[in-house]
Amino acid sequence: MSRTRTPVVTGWFTGEGEEFRLLGTRCSACASVFFPREDAFCRNPGCPGGELAEVPLSRRGRVWSYTDSRYRPPSPYVSDPELEWRPYALIAVELESERLVVLGQTVPGVTVADLAVGMEVEVVPGVLNEDADTTWTTWHWRPTGVTA
Amino acid sequence: MTDEVAVLGAGMHPWGKWGRGFVEYGTVAARAALADAGVDWRDVGSIVGADTVRGGYPGYVAGATFAKALGWQGARVASVYAACASGAQAVNTARAQILSGLADVVLVVGADAAPKGFFRPPGGDRPDDPDWLRFRVLGATNPTYFGLYARRRMAVHGDTLEDFAQVKVKNAALGALNPNARYRKRVTAEEVAASAVVADPLRLLDICATSDGAAALVLSSMEFARRHGAADPVRIRAVSTVTPRYPNTVLDLPDIATDSAVAAEPAADTFRASIARAAYEEAGVGPEDLSLAEVYDLSTALELQWYEDLGLCGEGEAAKLLREGATAPGGRIPVNVSGGLASFGEAVPAQAIAQVCELTWQLRGAAGDRQVAGARVGITANQGLFGHGSSVIAVR
Ligand SMILES: [Zn+2]
Repeated sequence: MSRTRTPVVTGWFTGEGEEFRLLGTRCSACASVFFPREDAFCRNPGCPGGELAEVPLSRRGRVWSYTDSRYRPPSPYVSDPELEWRPYALIAVELESERLVVLGQTVPGVTVADLAVGMEVEVVPGVLNEDADTTWTTWHWRPTGVTA
Repeated sequence: MTDEVAVLGAGMHPWGKWGRGFVEYGTVAARAALADAGVDWRDVGSIVGADTVRGGYPGYVAGATFAKALGWQGARVASVYAACASGAQAVNTARAQILSGLADVVLVVGADAAPKGFFRPPGGDRPDDPDWLRFRVLGATNPTYFGLYARRRMAVHGDTLEDFAQVKVKNAALGALNPNARYRKRVTAEEVAASAVVADPLRLLDICATSDGAAALVLSSMEFARRHGAADPVRIRAVSTVTPRYPNTVLDLPDIATDSAVAAEPAADTFRASIARAAYEEAGVGPEDLSLAEVYDLSTALELQWYEDLGLCGEGEAAKLLREGATAPGGRIPVNVSGGLASFGEAVPAQAIAQVCELTWQLRGAAGDRQVAGARVGITANQGLFGHGSSVIAVR
């Protein structure tokens, strides 16, 4: 059975393997970076307004904080009620050069016990869920040095 | 500094899981507030409803829904929605009408019949809605955000799980004294520690439940209050409804990223701190003047955060303030003497109004077993999804 690989949201990330990047936009007038991408207007109230161009975000950042979800989240999160619930961890990651914090799930197998505030993590491609026709792809954070 | 409005009446429907509709809860609370005020509904010039999104169209037009339930009498009407700050915006709308002379007496009502378990976005595929996206893409429930804040406090300020548990112990002991609270049992630190982890490091008893409930206020001009025989009523002196300042650099519900600080320096105050600062400036008081505070304890750890954001102590000193007993009954600044959301649970449009009800009873000296002796100045603090500030200062 072959499923189509489709990003869970369009235009938020691109590339495979080492080339994988989150995509934001950058204002040509004030250099503000937006993630999720802002394509209509720069939201900096002190900016005269510039063109918003797509920009890849830094691959690596540091853990601002982290948690997990021990109970199955409600829809529109997709999970199979037939399967036992397996918690995933969430990490909020500070990107130094963009000076912003981006939330994301960890790669499968990394739990809160493996994490610490300030730890370095990198963004990698991941799978959010699969249905009959589609593999929904997403981004995951993975502590650097973990290769599993 | 603006003029004051009088709080003539306060009322609630007890909170819990009652299995009935929000209109019934709101109407019970409204009738209680009117009776408390000694005001006939037909003499009310305006009604402001805080909306509940779960009631379909009647919930979206809560002002008219409650007006119909109480009996159409031709009052001016408004309905407001600002998520958890809906109640504060309803109070502010009423206050603006009174101060501008549009109405002498205004009834403010908020009520909800909340679903069991996690709050979730309405159905349908809506990839342009940040609230829908955080669930679909990350499964980021409200408790996961509370978990992020709690873990961050532990890492930066050295808060412990025991500190968080002590917030619950304090609030549950106070909720046990409040007939309107949903949970009326004392809780021990051992019971908090033994409850299931929901979002690491927070446990079930660290996180507030969803509830049914309602709260209502009758507000009036000071001139009406005097004519009505209320010579020394509780007065609302400030209502803060501020938005954040760009760049907002603390990750907050329902966003999955913060603003970038590359082009503009963040304000010295965080958004939550700016909510309280605006209220203090408007009221002409400071944290040192407070007799009590009702804060939005969605989680035990978040209550500690509010101590700092309200200026009750310096940054990172909240756990110390708690350990000293300063925020417990008899302490320098008791916090959540109602029992807080820990004891009430969330009924979204009602909770900011319920906080003002508690201030009203406390400032009247009518709070029974949970009375703060000699209460003169109280503050509420709350926050609505998507950047709605919410803080009310009431005085006697
Ligand atoms: Zn710009």
